[in-house]
Amino acid sequence: MTSDIQLHQNEEFIAELKECAKLLAEKLQGDQFEEASQLIHAMLESRDRHIFQSVGRLTRGLHNAIVNFHVDADLSKEPPQIESSEIRDASSRLNYVIELTQKAAEKTMDMVDEAAPIAMNLGQEASVLRDQWVRLKRREMGPEEFRGLYARMDDFLAQMATGTEQLARNLQEIILEQGFQDLTGQVLKRVIGLINEVEQDLVSLVRIAGQVEEITGLKKEVDEESQEALRQKRKTEAEGPQHNAAARTDVVSSQDEVDDLLSSLGF
Amino acid sequence: MKILIVDDFSTMRRIIKNLLRDLGFSNTHEADDGVTALPMLRNGDFDFLVTDWNMPGMTGIDLLRAVRADEKLASLPVLMVTAEAKRDQIIEAAQAGVNGYVVKPFTAQALKEKIEKIFERVG
Repeated sequence: MTSDIQLHQNEEFIAELKECAKLLAEKLQGDQFEEASQLIHAMLESRDRHIFQSVGRLTRGLHNAIVNFHVDADLSKEPPQIESSEIRDASSRLNYVIELTQKAAEKTMDMVDEAAPIAMNLGQEASVLRDQWVRLKRREMGPEEFRGLYARMDDFLAQMATGTEQLARNLQEIILEQGFQDLTGQVLKRVIGLINEVEQDLVSLVRIAGQVEEITGLKKEVDEESQEALRQKRKTEAEGPQHNAAARTDVVSSQDEVDDLLSSLGF
Repeated sequence: MKILIVDDFSTMRRIIKNLLRDLGFSNTHEADDGVTALPMLRNGDFDFLVTDWNMPGMTGIDLLRAVRADEKLASLPVLMVTAEAKRDQIIEAAQAGVNGYVVKPFTAQALKEKIEKIFERVG
């Protein structure tokens, strides 16, 4: 690992620094200023060399990360033009997920919209016929009305056959449409894999950068104020659906909790 | 009763539209974010606004604030139907003057209850 090499180099540099410091103290005590000044010069040179090497390593780490993600970019343009990259590929894969889920949702709703009136008509017709049937059983029906019922029953049975056939077909299509879950799942798994790789590479870069900062005395300036502002902003920033609401205290996990919170505010 | 449904996902608009139709509200119109919704509201004598929070362009919370700040629209009942579930967000929406808050995924029953409650109050 590059960061381990960096760690090793840091140790070497510190050892060298300590050795030089000891010598320097000896020379100064012995009033050998000429040699002491040479030692200081050597120390500065060694520090510069160390910084250059560290920056070089950081640059190489960055370069490797870019190569790993197959970024094909024209860096001469401002801003750089990215022709293709795994990230871009991941974006288009995620767009594909949106597209697929939207199509599936629409198709399913189409099927339901088509089926709902069929089911409703069959139900209404059945309840009318049942009422007439009850009258027939009670012998309350005249011959004219019976002929009507007879014809209506015939129609209903035909409607029933075609209607249920249509309903079965729509239900089948709804089932088939759920295949989007498999397809989107595969795409999402690939994107998750990529995100993990990006994270690992970033962590390793941050480690190298941290070691460089540590040894060269460059301190990170943490702007407390802007950090706080960022935290405040995040509190109400849109996050989309919560997948782990139960584990978080700043998030409600049900409509009941929303209602409780609102009623505590006087709603 | 003229209702505007604002959500960037057409499927969600359709779901809400279907549920509203089942509740007897068939005069529904759609917009995909605050930017398109606001002029529709200003010119369209709507009686009720159902909006998502997280949308590109103009978010639902900004739309809500714009509605409350508009003299003509200030008293329009607004129901937020959103996946945003942070306590601070719900408080922010309440402070901005929302009339109801439903978290996605929601049931037909929950939507019905909130809408009925809003109309009871607004009368």
